[in-house]
Amino acid sequence: MGEKWNKGLLGWIDARFPLSKMWYEHLAEYYAPKNFNFWYYFGSLALLALVLQIVTGVWLTMNYKPDAGMAFNSVEYIMRDVNWGWLIRYMHSTGASLFFVVVYLHMFRGLIYGSFKKPRELIWIFGMIIYVCLMAEAFMGYLLPWGQMSYWGAQVIISLFGAIPGIGDALALWIRGDFVVADATLNRFFAFHVIAVPIVLLALVVLHILALHEVGSNNPDGVDIKKHKDENGIPLDGIPFHPYYTVKDIVGVVVFLIIFSIIVFFMPEMGGWFLERDNFIPADPLKTPEHIVPLWYFTPFYAILRAVPDKFLGVVAMGGAIFVLFLLPWLDRSPVRSIRYRGSIYKIAIGVFVISFIALGYLGTQPATTLFTNLARFFSLLYFGFFASLLIIPRFEKTKPVPDRVTS
Amino acid sequence: MKKKIIAMLLAIAPLWVFAAGGQGPHLDKANIDPNNIQSLQRGAGLFVNYCLSCHSASLMRYEHMGKDLGIEETLVSENLIFTGGKIGDLMTVATAPADSKLWFGIVPPDLTVIARARGVDWLYTYLRSFYRDDSRHIGTNNLVFPDVGMPNVLWELQGIQEPVITTRKEHDGTKTKEVSLELVEPGLLTPTEFDRAVRDLVNYLDYMGEPAKHERRELGTKVILFLLMFLVLAYLLKREFWKDIH
Repeated sequence: MGEKWNKGLLGWIDARFPLSKMWYEHLAEYYAPKNFNFWYYFGSLALLALVLQIVTGVWLTMNYKPDAGMAFNSVEYIMRDVNWGWLIRYMHSTGASLFFVVVYLHMFRGLIYGSFKKPRELIWIFGMIIYVCLMAEAFMGYLLPWGQMSYWGAQVIISLFGAIPGIGDALALWIRGDFVVADATLNRFFAFHVIAVPIVLLALVVLHILALHEVGSNNPDGVDIKKHKDENGIPLDGIPFHPYYTVKDIVGVVVFLIIFSIIVFFMPEMGGWFLERDNFIPADPLKTPEHIVPLWYFTPFYAILRAVPDKFLGVVAMGGAIFVLFLLPWLDRSPVRSIRYRGSIYKIAIGVFVISFIALGYLGTQPATTLFTNLARFFSLLYFGFFASLLIIPRFEKTKPVPDRVTS
Repeated sequence: MKKKIIAMLLAIAPLWVFAAGGQGPHLDKANIDPNNIQSLQRGAGLFVNYCLSCHSASLMRYEHMGKDLGIEETLVSENLIFTGGKIGDLMTVATAPADSKLWFGIVPPDLTVIARARGVDWLYTYLRSFYRDDSRHIGTNNLVFPDVGMPNVLWELQGIQEPVITTRKEHDGTKTKEVSLELVEPGLLTPTEFDRAVRDLVNYLDYMGEPAKHERRELGTKVILFLLMFLVLAYLLKREFWKDIH
């Protein structure tokens, strides 16, 4: 490798920087299993969503004012007086929600095909840290339009830190920088949202991909393609990422952009799920809205929080619901990776998990009536029960024989 | 796979049944037509005449409105600006906030994005639901927004309504009270004309909430058509490359 590029400008660069080397290692000679299916579009789509958010975000920053007295008006200024401002703003707000859609599907792929298992534990951990950073990024970004829901959502979530015994109140005060959510909070959230968290996110994405390329991609069969190589050391079931998966991912990108455009151009509020009605009322510290609801991607965890009668324990349960995902590689010790070759008991467990997650997501958007709270408790138990069941299922599960090579 | 997804959806379906069931007052459908430029122009006229003296629309420019609604600058300046402002100005209000607070108990909210916060059906119903209530210092009340600080500004057009309470017996013997409004003193417009006028006004408020809406939809159709053509090419390219993979 590299010898054939030794002339001209590229040769000059290659002598000083591993440009061709990186190209081959990560694209043209990175061998990915040839049997990727539908679920494998979401990794590249997540990267696309990240780039979209960063680019549109940079342009929004040019006209947005992080000032409690001006923030709401500056967003409307972008929406009506800035050329194409409405388009950039809707791309950013739609992009945020679709980023979570893509990331949830990406995580689900990892779950069903056992992509978190040895030797890919670190890929999963890096991915989980990305997910947590993404939640912080979205939460802080949502304060910036300074509408009623921005304000009171932030007020509620920050007050959760106040539930920690002993240091809680001081901690919440330290986060807000004031006794209530105020200008100081808006300014620091802006700083974190546009600089600090994006830098961390980009670094983590690099680590996530480097770790992936070190061990190689998993696949829907969960078999190791590096076991069978040809005389040149190339996996028999592997194909170069470029051009095969680049051209395939372009198809995925276009389908994604079509869905993205339908929302941006025809339903940017998405019936109140992406842009909430109350957020078109400027933040008013003296008037609490009737229902304070976080955006849809946080609602499963919000439902778990409300399901626990004690506030501190609720916060612990909510944190635990996210933390338990980090432990996945050590909870599920079945040697079989893919759901295709696992027992029906495991498939049922996955089904129950998906149902509980969606049900909790729905319950988190609803007022906490007795019925809904009890349902939220039930589904919270199922949610945690899934992770507990992973510890015992492999002991009596009847798995199917895993093929030696990938199936097509 | 498909079967599994359907089974999962069915398992969650009962939740939505619990969620159904209305709350709040019944709202009439506004049935606005954002493409009806005459309706928007009439609405703009009503807005500056009846709303803008107490409410501001301080994020909207007269110039922007004139351009979008096909009203010439001179017409806007002469007929639609009452504050002595210039064509490029924002639709601010001359009333001092302290005065408003004294008269109405509250500073009237800015109306620029009110249609996005409340929804057009709510506005349409609200503006038609004022009735005489002598117990209040402003003399009127509202069915949709009880004890609202705003008087019936459109009374001259609508006339005066009074509440009629009817009790209806349900099949199971329980009685439900229903409040409806009856026109006791006609206004300048007939009820049909008045409904149309309110529809025009709400249409304008909806436009003002998002002036880019029209442009957004037009551009969207083109973008999606382009992407669909691109999809065909992208798919053919993929198929061509993948021919040799078995």
